[in-house]
Amino acid sequence: MSSLQFDIAHLLAGSLVLASFMMLYQDRLYALLNVYALHAGVLALSVAWQAYVQQAPHLYVTALIALVFKAIIIPVALHRIIKRLGIHREIENAIGIGLTMMAGIGLVALSMVVMLRVTPSADALAREDLAFALSVVLLGLLIMVTRRNAVSQVVGFMSLENGLVLAATGAKGMPLVVEISVAFSVLIAFIVIGIFLFRIRERFDSVDVQELDRFRGERR
Amino acid sequence: MIAVALWSVAALLALAPAGIVLSTRPRGSIILYGGCLIATSTLCVTALSDLLFFPHLTPSATLPIGLPWLGAHFRLDALSAFFLVVVNLGGAAASLFALGYFRHEDSPGRVLPFYPAYLAGMNVVVLANDAFSFLVAWEFMSLTSWAMVVSHHREAENVRAGYVYLLMASFGTLALLLAFGLLASGAGYDFDAIRASHPSVAVSGVVVILMLLGAGSKAGLVPLHAWLPLAHPAAPSHVSGLMSGVMTKVAVYGFVRIVFDLLPEPVWWWSMVVLLVGGPSATLGVLYALMQRDIKRVLAYSTIENIGIIFTGLGLALAFKAEGLDWVAALAFTAAMLHVFNHALFKSLLFFGAGAVLGATGERDMEKLGGLIHRMPKTAFAVLVGCVAISALPPFNGFVSEWLTFQAILLSPQLPSWGLKLVIPAVGGLLALAAAFAAACFVKLYGISFLGRPRSDVAASAHETDRFSLTAMFVLAALCLVAGILPGLFIDALAPVSKDMVGNIMPHQVGLQWLTIVPIAESRSSYNGLLVFLFAALCGTTAATAIHRFASDRLRRAPAWDCGYPDPNPAIQYSASSFSQPIRRVFGSVIFAAREIGEMPPPSSPAPARLQVELHDLIWDVLYAPIAKVIGFATDRINILQFLTIRRYLTLVFVALVVLLLVVAL
Repeated sequence: MSSLQFDIAHLLAGSLVLASFMMLYQDRLYALLNVYALHAGVLALSVAWQAYVQQAPHLYVTALIALVFKAIIIPVALHRIIKRLGIHREIENAIGIGLTMMAGIGLVALSMVVMLRVTPSADALAREDLAFALSVVLLGLLIMVTRRNAVSQVVGFMSLENGLVLAATGAKGMPLVVEISVAFSVLIAFIVIGIFLFRIRERFDSVDVQELDRFRGERR
Repeated sequence: MIAVALWSVAALLALAPAGIVLSTRPRGSIILYGGCLIATSTLCVTALSDLLFFPHLTPSATLPIGLPWLGAHFRLDALSAFFLVVVNLGGAAASLFALGYFRHEDSPGRVLPFYPAYLAGMNVVVLANDAFSFLVAWEFMSLTSWAMVVSHHREAENVRAGYVYLLMASFGTLALLLAFGLLASGAGYDFDAIRASHPSVAVSGVVVILMLLGAGSKAGLVPLHAWLPLAHPAAPSHVSGLMSGVMTKVAVYGFVRIVFDLLPEPVWWWSMVVLLVGGPSATLGVLYALMQRDIKRVLAYSTIENIGIIFTGLGLALAFKAEGLDWVAALAFTAAMLHVFNHALFKSLLFFGAGAVLGATGERDMEKLGGLIHRMPKTAFAVLVGCVAISALPPFNGFVSEWLTFQAILLSPQLPSWGLKLVIPAVGGLLALAAAFAAACFVKLYGISFLGRPRSDVAASAHETDRFSLTAMFVLAALCLVAGILPGLFIDALAPVSKDMVGNIMPHQVGLQWLTIVPIAESRSSYNGLLVFLFAALCGTTAATAIHRFASDRLRRAPAWDCGYPDPNPAIQYSASSFSQPIRRVFGSVIFAAREIGEMPPPSSPAPARLQVELHDLIWDVLYAPIAKVIGFATDRINILQFLTIRRYLTLVFVALVVLLLVVAL
C-alpha cells in the first residue's frame, strides 16, 4: 500500500471521528441530523476508499448502502419525524458541552491506547482504522448517554453503528452478508425506535425520556 | 450388566412422563409403582450379582448424549454396584410400600411423574463416570425430590421447607461444581482421566473441603443440616423414606467416589476435618431428634446422626490410610459402608412405619398418638424391629456396623500422628454418647406412639395398614435381622469395594466357626450375632412359656394403678416432652438455648396452668440467620438497580465498557 493511499484512508477515518465530535456539541436537533448525514457521508467515502484500496468490489455495495440509507433516507425520515412531533426548537444537553468534549477526547485517547496495545501485529491500516472505529463507537455511546431527547439518542445509536461498519470494512475479508445484515438490523432498529417515538409522544406529549422516568415514579 | 442397568434406568425415565397420564386414572398409581418396583428390582438384582460374582469386572458404556465432545460415560465397578444395591433396594421397598400407601395421597399428579424420575436420577449419579453426567443427574435428583417435597404445597411449612431445600441444594451443587472444576482443570471431565491425573496436594485439599460442603449438605452433616429436618418430613412418607434412607447415601457415594477414588493418596488433615464434622453431627443430630415431637422429624434428625456415624467411619478410613495402616482403613471403610446399607434398611422401614401411622391416624405428633400397638399390631412389630436396629442393639444390623466403627476407633493408638491420636478417642466418645441418645430417642418414639393409652380419638380409632405396606416393612425388618445375625456375608461382599477404595480388605469372615465375625484378630474381639439371637430367642421363649405355663390363669381385668389420681384422662400419661425433659435439662440450655416458661393463673382463677418449652436451633440462629440478614440487606440495596432510568442504564453500560477498556489498556 502506498503512503498516499494510507494517508487518505487515515484522513477519512479521522474525519469520521471529527464528525462524531461535531455531533457531541450540537444542541439543536436539525443541526444534529445534518451532522449525522455528514457523518454517514464520510463513512460512505471511507468505505468506498477501502474498497478501492483493498480491491474488494463488494465494499462498494456497503458504501452505497451507507450513502443511501444512512446519509439520505434516515436523516430525511428523522427530519420528518421531528417536524411532525413539532420539537425542532428544543434545545437539550444533559451535561455541559465543555465536559462532554473533554470526555470525548479522553475516550479517543483511550481507544488509541487500547488498539496500539492489543494489535501490535496487525497491519498498519487496519490498526489505525480499528482505533478510529473504536473512538467512533465510544463517542456514539457518549452521545446516547449525554442526551435526554429520544431522537438524539437514536442518532447517537446510528453513529455508533457507523463506527462498527468502519471497523468491519477496515478488517479484510469481511463477508458482504454480514455487512448487509448489519445494515438491515440497523434499519429495523430505526423503524422500531421510530414507532416507539410516536407511541411515547402519544402518551406523554414529549419525547424527553425524563417523562418516562417521571411516569414510573422515579426520584431524580 | 451395565446394559441391563442402563435399560432399567431408561425404563424409569420413560415411566416419568407416563406418570402424568397415569395420575388421572384410577389404577394409574398401581401401574406406576408396580413399574418402578420391577425396574428397581431388576437394577438391584443386576447390581447384586455384579457385586457378588463379577466384582473385578468394570464394564463401562458411553452414550452419545450430554456434552457433544464428551458423551455420557457410565461405569459399573464394585463401589457403584454396592450403592446401586442400596439405592434400588430402598427404591423397590418404597415402591412396594407405595402400592398400598398411594390411597392416602389426595393429589397423585404431584408425586407420580417425579417419583420414577427421582429414582432414575439417583441411579444415574451412581453409574456416572464423568463429571457432567454426575452433576446433571445430581441436580435432577435434587429437583425431582424438591418437587415432591412441595407436593403438599398448601401448608405454609412445606413451602418454606421447599425453599430452604432448594437453596441448600443449589449451594451443594455449586460446591460440587467448583470441586469438579478444580479436578477437571488438568484432565477433563471424564472420571478415568481425572483418576489418571495427579492433582497437587493443595488442590486435592480444597476439593476435599468442597466435597464435604457439597455432599455434606445433601447428606445433612451439621452445620449444613438445616434443610433436612424440614424437607424430609414434608414429602409423602415413601418419598421421605427414600430421601432419608437412600438419597443421603447417594451423597455419601459422591464423597467416597471423589475423595477415595479420584483423588490421590489422602493427607492426614483431611481425615481430621471429616472426623471433626462427623462426630458432632452424630451427637447433635440425635440430641435434636430427642427434642422433637413429630415422628417424621425425629426420624429426619436421626438421619443426621447416622450420616455422622458414616462420615466418622470414612474419616477413620482416611486417617488410617494416610498413615499407611491399610488394614485398619479397610475395617473403618467397611464399617461405614455397612452402616450405609443398614441405615438405608432401617430408616426406610421406620419412615414407612411413620407413613402407616400417618395414614391410619392422620397425625405425626406423638403427643396425639399412643396405644397403637393394640390397633396396628403388625406395624407396631415392624417398627419395633426398626427401633431396635437403629438403636444399635444386638442381634440386629445397626449394632454390627457401629461395633465395627468402634473397633477401628480402638485401634487409633497405633497412629503415629498425635493430633489424630487425641481427636479420634474424643470422636469415639461422641459416637458412644450418640448411640446412648439414639436408644433413648427410639424408646421415646416407640413408647409414646405405640404404647400407653391413645391420647386422641384418631389414635383410638386407628386401623391396621394395608398388606403391601406391611410386606414392604416386614421385608426390610427381615433384612435387618439377617444383616444382624449373618454380618460375615455382608462384610465379605464388601471386600471388593474396600479393595478398590482403600487398597486392602478385612479378613475373610465366611467359614469361621458359628458365623462369628472377627474384624482384627480372635484374641482382640469377636462378635456372633447368630448366638446372641439364638440366646435371646431361647431365653424369651423359655420365659414366655414358663409364665404361661406356671402363672395363674385366672384372668382379672382391673383399672391400672393411677398413682392416686382418679382421673382417667389419657393426657396425664407420660408424654414425649416429659420423656426428653431430663436430657433437655442437662444439654438444653447450652445446645438449644432451651427455656421453660411456666404460666401460673392467679389464685382463685380456674384457668389451667401452662408450661411451655422454647427450643432454638442454635446453628440456625448463629450461622444461617446472619447470612440471611446480610443477603437480605445487600439485595435491598441492589434492588435500586431494578428501577434506574434509561440514561442511567446506558451510563452503566458505558462506564463498564470504558473500565474494561482501561483494564485492557493499562
